[in-house]
Amino acid sequence: MNSTAALFYVFSSVLLFAAFRVITARSTVHAALFLVLSFFSASCLWMLLRAEFLAITLVLVYVGAVMVLFLFVVMMLDINSDNFRQGFWKSLPLAGAIGAAIALQLALVLMRGFQVSSSTPDPREVELGNTKMLGIELYTEYLYPLQIAAVLLLVAIIAAIVLTLRERKDSRHLDASEQVRTKASDRLRIVKVAPTITAPKSGSGDTPGGAA
Amino acid sequence: MTLGVITLGHYLSLGGILFALSVIGVFLNRRNLIVLLMAIELMLLAVNMNFVAFSHYLPLEADRMAGQIFVFFILTVAAAESAIGLAILVVLFRNRSSIDVSKLDQLKG
Repeated sequence: MNSTAALFYVFSSVLLFAAFRVITARSTVHAALFLVLSFFSASCLWMLLRAEFLAITLVLVYVGAVMVLFLFVVMMLDINSDNFRQGFWKSLPLAGAIGAAIALQLALVLMRGFQVSSSTPDPREVELGNTKMLGIELYTEYLYPLQIAAVLLLVAIIAAIVLTLRERKDSRHLDASEQVRTKASDRLRIVKVAPTITAPKSGSGDTPGGAA
Repeated sequence: MTLGVITLGHYLSLGGILFALSVIGVFLNRRNLIVLLMAIELMLLAVNMNFVAFSHYLPLEADRMAGQIFVFFILTVAAAESAIGLAILVVLFRNRSSIDVSKLDQLKG
């Protein structure tokens, strides 16, 4: 057994243990922290597969952003964690059976083939490095999908803001554009009122300008 | 499969076991929506593991980088998904003050 194989077994056992603890942890914060551990060991495994850029991206994006978001939400919500385990043992047999069926089917397929063990390194990749190769591919052949992904992220930002935005009821904030847009007819109403006193008789000589 | 030499099958088996674990997690944690989202993240990680392994073990003349590019886009979509999912979760908790999936039965489905 060479060192790569030993590292593979160490990292994958840590990964599987962490994944097991994610789905069985009693507290949600512990589950989030074990998910961080599983992302770390997955990133180490990707390093073994010579995908350095993706390994670093996994740590930066997932551990740095997504998992911090998870932890924020977990700690922000005042969740009653007493009844989380209700039905846990009741659904365990069904869940275990389905999981075992999936694992068995996958094992039946995977045991028969996929015995490729040697991977000759790409001479271009050895010369340029994984990150540069990925960048060249991404900005030439996959430029259009990259822009679609950028638009998708923009949509996600706007959607997250719009979903969680709420106006305060007690705020005294004035909307300036609404103030500018008002017309006189919104504020001032001219009402025609019928006269209630009788007009003085005409021709009596005391109306101004009439006697001259 | 031999134990000493790491083959493509080892990585694929790891991805398969990870996927099965996260499916079990979806079944077990029906009281807690946050752990359900975490199980979905684990599923995406298992899929990504397969992509990276295949891109490593492809023959030299094939387009090796395509698998890694695809993982890149899956990471993008997963980040967007978890951001929107957590935003929906916050709104849900604000309206119902519970994140229990089995209580979300207003549609009587």
